[in-house]
Parts: sequence; structure tokens; C-alpha cells
Amino acid sequence: MTFMHIGKNFVPPDVEGKVTGDAKYVEDFQPEGLVYARLLTSPMPSGRVRSIDASEALRMDGVLGILTADDLPPSTAPADPMLAIEDVTYVGQPILAIAAISDAIAENAIERISVEFEYREFVTDPLESLVEGGPNAYPDGNHLQQTNSLEDENATIRGGFGTIKWPASEVERFRNGQEPRNVEFADGWTYGDLDAAFAESTVIVEESFVTAGTPHHCMEPRSSMAYWENGKCYFHASTQSQSSVNEGLAAMLGIDPANLCIINENTGGGFGSKGTSYPTMGITGQFSRLLNRPVQLRITREEEYYLGVGRPGMQGWVKTGVRADGTVAAVDVIIISDGGPTGRNSASSSAQHISVVYTPDAMRLRNIPVFTNTAPRGAQRGPGQNEMSAAIAPIMDKAARQLGLDRASFRRINAPHSESPVYEHQGPVTSAYMAEAIDKASAMFNWPEREAAPRQRNGSKVRGLGVGMGYHSAGGRGYDGLVRITPDGKIHLHSGVGNLGTYSYAGTTRAAAEVLQCHWESCEIVHGNTDQHLPHSSTQGGSNTIFTHTRTNWVAAEDAVVKLKEIAAGEFGGAADDYSIADERVFKTADSNQGMSYAEAAAKAIALGGRFSGEEYPEDIHPITQRAVQGLAGSGLIGVAKDNLPQRGIAPGLMVSMAEIEVDLETGKMEILDYIGIADCGTIIHPQGLSQQINGGAVWGFGMAGSERHVYDPQNALPANLGLYQAKLPTMLDVPAKMASGAVDLPDPSNPAGGRGVGEPSQGSAVAAITSAIADALDGHLFNRVPVTPDMIVNLASDNEQATKQLALNTF
Amino acid sequence: MNPKLSRRRFIKGVIYSSAAAASGAGYYLASAQSASNTVVERLLSLNVNGRTRLVDVAPAETLAFTLRNKLGLTGLKVACNRGECGACTVLLDDISNYSCSVLTHTVKGRQITTVEGLRSESGQLSAVQQGFIEELAPQCGFCTPGQVMAATALLRANPNPTREEARQALAGNLCRCGAYDHYLNGTMRAAELLS
Repeated sequence: MTFMHIGKNFVPPDVEGKVTGDAKYVEDFQPEGLVYARLLTSPMPSGRVRSIDASEALRMDGVLGILTADDLPPSTAPADPMLAIEDVTYVGQPILAIAAISDAIAENAIERISVEFEYREFVTDPLESLVEGGPNAYPDGNHLQQTNSLEDENATIRGGFGTIKWPASEVERFRNGQEPRNVEFADGWTYGDLDAAFAESTVIVEESFVTAGTPHHCMEPRSSMAYWENGKCYFHASTQSQSSVNEGLAAMLGIDPANLCIINENTGGGFGSKGTSYPTMGITGQFSRLLNRPVQLRITREEEYYLGVGRPGMQGWVKTGVRADGTVAAVDVIIISDGGPTGRNSASSSAQHISVVYTPDAMRLRNIPVFTNTAPRGAQRGPGQNEMSAAIAPIMDKAARQLGLDRASFRRINAPHSESPVYEHQGPVTSAYMAEAIDKASAMFNWPEREAAPRQRNGSKVRGLGVGMGYHSAGGRGYDGLVRITPDGKIHLHSGVGNLGTYSYAGTTRAAAEVLQCHWESCEIVHGNTDQHLPHSSTQGGSNTIFTHTRTNWVAAEDAVVKLKEIAAGEFGGAADDYSIADERVFKTADSNQGMSYAEAAAKAIALGGRFSGEEYPEDIHPITQRAVQGLAGSGLIGVAKDNLPQRGIAPGLMVSMAEIEVDLETGKMEILDYIGIADCGTIIHPQGLSQQINGGAVWGFGMAGSERHVYDPQNALPANLGLYQAKLPTMLDVPAKMASGAVDLPDPSNPAGGRGVGEPSQGSAVAAITSAIADALDGHLFNRVPVTPDMIVNLASDNEQATKQLALNTF
Repeated sequence: MNPKLSRRRFIKGVIYSSAAAASGAGYYLASAQSASNTVVERLLSLNVNGRTRLVDVAPAETLAFTLRNKLGLTGLKVACNRGECGACTVLLDDISNYSCSVLTHTVKGRQITTVEGLRSESGQLSAVQQGFIEELAPQCGFCTPGQVMAATALLRANPNPTREEARQALAGNLCRCGAYDHYLNGTMRAAELLS
């Protein structure tokens, strides 16, 4: 299909403000009367608050008040509370907030507050909590008894407490890379005949793995600012969505969502950590109401590492069976997740990654989400899939090598296609062209020739090639679209999607412009402020925006087109089907002179009222969209619809990456010499945006492979990396000077615009390509751990014992 | 590193910013100390974006704080407040500096340029701004003003850089979105626009 807008570059409306400094983020808003709140946070990892004495602080000039848990609705553990009192569960947890006329006074006042704590035992390594007699992160248990599914990866995990202990001997077995015997798990799933599939296998590889937890490092910390007017809260937030935050934050504030206006045109990074409302938002809103003043709660870079959530770490074991023909027969996996105090884990999505990318005939997952007294955990780019991608790639390479198979060919044999069953329910995908992506990457990278060439050593440097695959479910349905044509001829494309800088909030509205066959110059994207009447939208996460919201824009614009034709038929006679649209006119197909401009039709829509101008609307649209339409009623021709388009199964975002690296055995330094990422993301919607996501995700992959991790002092549970250079994200010098990207560009039949998302698999495939390349450079040695830090390489090259205990997590 | 940005000056800045970060006050440290009786010059005359601005500046106030909170120039961002990330980069006499690690009292008499000062008088975007738009260099945009200033400093010193020279010049500016390749493309495009 030839599109007017889809597949073409455009200048997103927010990009100019970003290069001129005009783009506003939370701390850039400083209204009249603004006061400043700061947090007193816990110095200890586990306990309860016995008493708070803030009298001295409250006597200070300029101090306006404090907010404690007593001022807030009660919270039940293990939910992450706004302010802790009964269950303090990590160092840096907010205990109270104090407000003053300046940030500095608030900061100084914190020093004058006395808090008495009761101390409790704590734990930083999940396996230590699993040992009989080992410490628990909460008095009531050591793991999350999960009560909700993880269909929405950005959802908050809910559940209660459970306690699981293993005999010390079985924990030790597990630490040594063996399957524990006769032990209890909290959760899991299985499909196929595992025993039969292993029996068919020619090669069986059994390995352990560790993936470190990682901070998000959003460049904009999660500061927020709120004020109240006439019972309505105006909230400046750093979020990934209007809709997904709206209801959760309203609940934290105890108000109807209709009384909450979220203002958020730009977000300085989210990556899953700002997908839904988060506790410090509630503090700001509640405090502002208490003081009846605008309140800014500034979160510092350091605080981000304490309370800003992170990716859960994993300790695991996996057994893989591969047949002589290279097909993966069976995978059996155990995952112990480091859920921090929130219990957030991605075990199921980790295992689902294997089910999609390597398509085994039988599979089993057994897992336990263990609480630890470390940073709260939340969704992070490709939660589960990407860390599993890192761990499993070199293990699969080992199986391929044992069978004498080329590693890319091995992946192509097992690559998902449009009829592949996936996940534990072995359901369908909307479409998949992974083999095509592998072929394209192989050709562009010249894989066969490079893989066949001997690995030449250059002094202390050895080279390695790697191939990796990434996956993430990349699309949802059931959200709403909203467009409005006004009598001045403007076409307003309303979007409730957050703006993380992927430009998909804008790119997806081009689907509406496509359906309306209008000029892009006539369109205006409306976003970033609830009061601008925004439809119910997904969070900008889970790689879903492109698929989900090209569909919502499509159906809303189709509704507008139907109304345009009905209005024209009412004016010129005949049926709506007798009319066509082009060049922002609706006209009789048989006689284009009989027609009117969109502007004229919009004026007619206002005169007609009812469903034409939003006085009436479909019953199935979400209350958020209903309120938006009510706010727009009578102002133009309204196109509004819920996305009820059919969707066969899961919409997969798929990526293939290939990389060449050089590892210095004397220094342990790894340099990425060459990198390519090829996406299977359906039709390309926005080429520049796509290359941004492929390359940006790759940089994330490089960080996961080589440097990023949480580390805790096991004596005190103090986080050891509280800075950007400690945790540590890649710099420009850690990535290749030039990176190549591309896409298969075959349309997904479940999306009229053809696209699927790819923001998350781009990290997963990149990290896998690097872990695969590291093993290749080191004669097939498996570290079974990410990140692979320079000391690990030097220790290996020098035959030294590794500093990190096998399967240990969160430690030095 | 640009030779005009001396190692000594840079280290002094980092030491200051580390101390500030350790105290937890950092960005606002100046205000915290302003209650002291120390007698220092308070009303400074600063040259910002070609204009003279009189500003009441506390003794230990950072340039980032002054520019953002006293002069309303919120283009620069404070992302780390300890000289790690470069989101607060401004130019001092055409040399890129982390404004979170510069004391305002040290920049008297110097030409301070922020991202707001790059447009021409007629409002035309600078070559770097235009190049960044054409290459869709920014993602979330929070580090972008710093990247723009780092690239501007480079091109003022070296209008025809190689890609590797540009890579080195921008290496002090972190981007969590990982848009490095695109910032480099944008910088090279800006060099073309200038030629």
C-alpha cells in the first residue's frame, strides 16, 4: 500500500523546543507562591518508625509543615507506600516530607528532625533469604504471593506474603549450577511433554545464570509539582502516560479522576519506571492540598538510586535440549527473582522470551519472587525478556557449537514465523518475520564470511562475533482514538500517550492523517495536558505505542470520515457511500464539484450537533475519553472510537543484532567495533524514530552487557552505586562511532497501518549479541552473568578466582 | 578536552560539586549558606547571551542555580548536579562548562552563553540546532540543551571536525536514551550547514 504519511519522516512538533531549551519539564515550572518539599529518608534497610519529633524543624523560619504517614490513607505491605511507618524496607525510603519557602531551608530542616526507628533483620541476596533460617525482608514472609497476572507489564504487581525456605544443601546445589531437588516454588507454568522432548534431544546444555538488577538512570529525576484550585488538582508530572497515571494518582489523592489535571508535555526518560503513578507523586499532591500552596518535590540524582525503582535481578538455572537437526526441543528454567521490597519480578516474561525466540516444543518455568531490602523494583525496558536474552544467548551458542551449527543458522532454524505458537498457552502471533530479519542482518553484516574467518589475535586483544535476538510483545487493543476538525480547517489529533522522546505519540497520529488523506500541515497534535481533552490511551511502554495507537487513530479518523460523508450526503443528496475524500474535501464520487471542504463540514457538524459534534458518543469508550469528548462537544466535527479492530494473538516486536567486539585480556576492556540491528516491526511508520529506537536500545544493551548493575554493601544494605558513573550507563565512547540499522518492513495484518513496536527488543538483541560475542572471543567460555565487567575478563585470562561468588547477587 | 578548559579548573569544579552532592544540598547549597554573615559582593553584573544582567548572587551559588532560578533560563537541565552528565552545559567564552560545577562568583566578566542564546536576532536557529532537528538527534530531550552547547563549542573551535573529533568533544555529555549516533549525525550535519 502506498501511504501519504506512514513510512515518511516528519519533524515532530516537540523537537524544536528540545534544541532551543523551550521544552518544559517538571522543575522548569515555578508558579507564584511555589514552596519546596524535601524528603527525610530511611538510613536503615528494615524496621519500623517508632516516633518522629519535628518540633525543632517546625520552629525554623520559613518551614511550612511536614507530611507523615499519619496524614495519609493507610497502606498495607507489601504495597509501596507513599511514606513508610510500619514497614521500612529499604535504605532511602521516604519517611516524611517537609516543606519550606526555599529548597535550602527544607533541606536544612530535615537535619533538625529526630526519628526513632526499631531495627529488623534484612537481606540483600535472595538466595540468603531462601535458606532455612535465613533473614526475611518483611516480618510476614520472604516472597510475593502474586495475585495478578502480568499481561500488562507496566502494571503494579499485587499480592500478599508467602514464605518459602529451601534446605541449605539445596540452595548450595543451586548456587553451584545444579537443579535443586524436592523444593517448593511460588509460581510457574509448563507446556508440552518436557521429558519426551529432552529424550529426543541430541545435545543437552545445563547452566546457571545471574543477571544484575539495574537502575533506570532517567536523566530527568522523578520530581513533581502540584497545586489545587477549587477542589481540582493540577499536577506537573514526569510520566509515560496521561491515562495510566490518572486513575492511580487520583486514588492516591482520594479524588475523582475528573478532578485531576496532569500536565506533562515532555518526560526526561521513563523506560518503564514512570509507567504508572508512583509514591512520590502522591506525597506532592497530598502535601500541596494540606498546605494549600503549590508544592514542588525535587528528587535528586542520589535519591533516584534509592527510591527510583530498578530492574529486578535474576538468579537462575536452565536446561536446554536440542535435536540433531538444530531444533530446540525442550527448555526447563528456574528463576529466583530479586523483587526488592515491592516483589516486582519478570520471571514469566523472561521465560516467554525463550518460548518466542527459540520456539521450543516443551517448556517449564518454576520461579520465586523473593523480597529483598534493596531498591524498589519496577518495569524496565523489556522487563524479563531482555535480561533473559542476555543470559540465554551464549548458552544457546554452546548448544549450536556442540551440534556443529553456525550460530545464526541455528537461530534461523528456530526463528518464530507467523504460524508459530508462543507462550505457555501456545497461542498465535499476529505475524512474525524473524527469519527474514536474520537473513537481512546476515547479508548486511556479512555474517557467514566473518563467522568463518579465524579470530586473529592482536597483541593482548581478541576478537569475537555475536548474534542476538530480542522480543517483546508490542501492541495492545481496546484503547480510544479522538480527532476533531474545526471550522478553521484545522485537524486536531488528540493523544493521551506519554512523550518519552520516541516520537511515537506523534508518529501514531499520522495514521489519522492517513485515513483523513489530509495535509500534515493542517494537523495539530494535542497532547500533554488532561484539560486539553485527551482520549484513554496506553502507557508509552511495552513497545506498544506504534501498534496500539496507529489503530486508535485509525478508527477515530474512520469515524470522522463516515461523519464527513454523512454530512455531505445530507447536503448534496445520495448516500454516504456515494462520497469520497481527497485534498481535505468530501465530495460526490461521481461529481467532485458537489462537495465541501473539511472546514465547511466541521461548521455543519456543529450546527447538526449530536454525534457529529460530540454531544453524543459511543457507549463503549472509556470514561476518560467520555470526559474528553464532553469537553470538546460543539467545537467541531468529532471522530471518536474505541479500537475494536480484530487482533490475532500477540503482536511481537522482534529484533536481530550482530556485533563484532575486541576484548583486551590485559585490561579487561571490551570495545564494540561493529554493530547492526535489524527489526521485524511490521511496516515502518517513522524511519528516523525507528533508527533512534534501534540504536538507543542497542546502547542500553551495551550497558547491560558490560557495566550496569546494582551493588549493595551486604553489611548494611547500603547501595554502592549512587551516581551515573558508578552504576554505570554507556557514554558516547562506549558505543561504536557508527551504528547500522534496518527493518524487514513487512506489514502486520492485524494493524491497518501495518506497524508493530520495537523499542524494547532493540536492547535485548543487542545485549545478546554482545554476550554471545564475549563467549566467542573467549573460546566459548561462559560467564553466565551480566554485566561482564573488566575484572571478570582479567581474572579469567589470569586464571584467578572470580571475585563474585557463583550465583550471588547484589554483592561486590 | 578543550585546552582552554584547564585540568585544574575542571578538578576544582568537580571537587566543589562532589562536596555539594555529598551534603545533599548541592544545587541549592548557595541559598543554604546565604544566611551567614560573610560579607561578599552580592550584586553581580553578568554577561549572559550578550546582555548584561544584574543578579543577586549568594557566595556559594552555582551558575546552574543562578541561570535557572534567578534568570529564568531553564533550558539547561540539572540532571546529576555533580559534574557527571553535562545536561547543564553552557559556554564560558565559547568553552563548554558544566554550570552545576561552576560558582557564579567566578564568571564575572566572562561571556556566558546558554542554549537560549543561540538563535540569531531574527530568531533563526543555529546550525547545531538545525542539524539536530534534521537528524532527529534528541529523544527525551533532557540532555539535549547540553549536547547542543557541547556541539556548539566544538564547531566554534573547529568548524570542520572529523566524526571522531566530534565523538570526543561530545563524550562528556551523557544520554540515557542512547541517541549518541544521532547527536553525532546532527553535529556533522551542522558542520555541513556552516560550510
